[in-house]
Amino acid sequence: MTITEAPPAAPATPPEPPVRKASTRKRLVPYWLLLPGILWLLVFFALPMVYQASTSVQTGSLEKGFQVTWHFATYWDALQEYYPQFVRSLLYAGTATILCLLLGYPLAYLIAFKAGRWRNLLLVLVIAPFFTSFLIRTLAWKTILADGGTVVGILDSLHVLDVTSWLGWTEGNRVLATPMAVVCGLTYNFLPFMILPLYTSLERIDGRLHEAAGDLYARPLTTFRKVTFPLSMPGVVSGTLLTFIPASGDYVNAELLGSTDTKMVGSVIQTQFLRVLDYPTAAALSFILMAIVLLMVTFYIRRAGTEDLV
Amino acid sequence: MRWLRRNIVVIAGVLTLGYLIVPNLVVMVFSFNKPNGRFNYSWQRFSLDAWKDPCGVADLCGSLTLSFQIAAWATLGATVLGTMIAFALVRYRFRARGSINSLIFLPMAMPEVVMAASLLTLFLNLGARLGFWTVLIAHIMFCLSFVVTAVKARVMSMDPRLEEAARDLYAGPVQTFVRVTLPIAAPGIAAGALLAFALSFDDFIITNFNAGSTVTFPMFVWGSAQRGTPVQINVIGTAMFIVAVLLVVGGQLVSNRRKKTAATT
Repeated sequence: MTITEAPPAAPATPPEPPVRKASTRKRLVPYWLLLPGILWLLVFFALPMVYQASTSVQTGSLEKGFQVTWHFATYWDALQEYYPQFVRSLLYAGTATILCLLLGYPLAYLIAFKAGRWRNLLLVLVIAPFFTSFLIRTLAWKTILADGGTVVGILDSLHVLDVTSWLGWTEGNRVLATPMAVVCGLTYNFLPFMILPLYTSLERIDGRLHEAAGDLYARPLTTFRKVTFPLSMPGVVSGTLLTFIPASGDYVNAELLGSTDTKMVGSVIQTQFLRVLDYPTAAALSFILMAIVLLMVTFYIRRAGTEDLV
Repeated sequence: MRWLRRNIVVIAGVLTLGYLIVPNLVVMVFSFNKPNGRFNYSWQRFSLDAWKDPCGVADLCGSLTLSFQIAAWATLGATVLGTMIAFALVRYRFRARGSINSLIFLPMAMPEVVMAASLLTLFLNLGARLGFWTVLIAHIMFCLSFVVTAVKARVMSMDPRLEEAARDLYAGPVQTFVRVTLPIAAPGIAAGALLAFALSFDDFIITNFNAGSTVTFPMFVWGSAQRGTPVQINVIGTAMFIVAVLLVVGGQLVSNRRKKTAATT
């Protein structure tokens, strides 16, 4: 899950100190070290989840106050009313993740195997976008994709827009305020989160394995399919998670680059919470989103193991 | 055609890099724009006005200062708490290890909007006044896991024999920690702190839910996307970019020189 992953676990556990009768004080040391941070996470991360769960089954109004009435119908109603936004969120986030993988893999491969002394420079260029606030950069896409701008002009003259309009990704000769603009923004914003884990796992591959594959008459494409790609799977897994999870809950791209027809579930949660003040519905929506994401993550953890991910 | 086939990876990689970099360039170029209306989205003509008066927009620099303050405190809090957890996880055996690992992992695997909304329900239920403190609490919470991860990786790769050697040479536990352990773990702690600062400074979604009427820099930008984007936003974005690049290049130069002196001595 991380960029700086630890070496294999063997040397990780320091040799246990000789088991003398450790005093009680000494045995408590790890707990004292853990206490403040874990308490912080329990109170401000875990406890809020409980509050949210309880809010989602409350009924009432802002004036009269909310009471827990085990009103599970809120979930059903929320899903019925907002399932387009849910489907859209998963669809956009999924598309963006696939695009990130397709775009990010060649670049990670380039940095890991072909960059030579340019490697550090390229790595800096990959994280360089982070040096400017992501909201400002997302706004820059409004300029890039502006109606009648260069990008739209090129796409139009190549008849790309005819195809995408037919598919429903764009409208006429507009890109801004269409699904394509939102997916484009999502892909852009989360691309580094795909590239960096891919790079770490590619960089660890022993170059001699490629030579060996070549010696055994594997063609470059076969080498990639049978050696490189399988060995980079840990990077693919963490990259996918690091891209898909934040993208599925994002509402910044949808709000800034999209229209009312491209609203994602994050927008709905935000509006319900901060403007409509319908807390139960908002909490239920947020809980459903969490459940979907957690299901995905556990599926991945089953395959990769927690210690590897943290 | 053969050339194309041989260099396809390079071409694709460079195109991706372009996709990543172009928006930054647009931000820079448009910091020299003089827009006609309230929005700075289309090029009109060159002007240095915004650069001469970067704080010329009401509340902009106030929000910037606030973001710096919150990021600094959040970094401090998350780094101290996270480093302690990381040491405990690597150095000691104890019960409930699995659940603690999950508790640290989950905030990183949760969509921001879910954490933001649930934290807001907590604050609303407790009747807390939203503002500086609620934002700070939230930021320390979501930065913590990232610090733990960064520090843990470094401490794990540490050679325990160095500390044993220090103890053999009659260094006390405190002395060993301050003079041996901490200096070796420092790069990991620094990486964690930098990450925390960047995450906190640039956070929007969690802040937007829990800030009440307090306005951080990302929230100012968000608001201006509705009301009208002043050129000054681009100026500050560009300035931040330049400062960060200088820091990275400077850091690289220093570490190169250190490597060289270490190699010669």
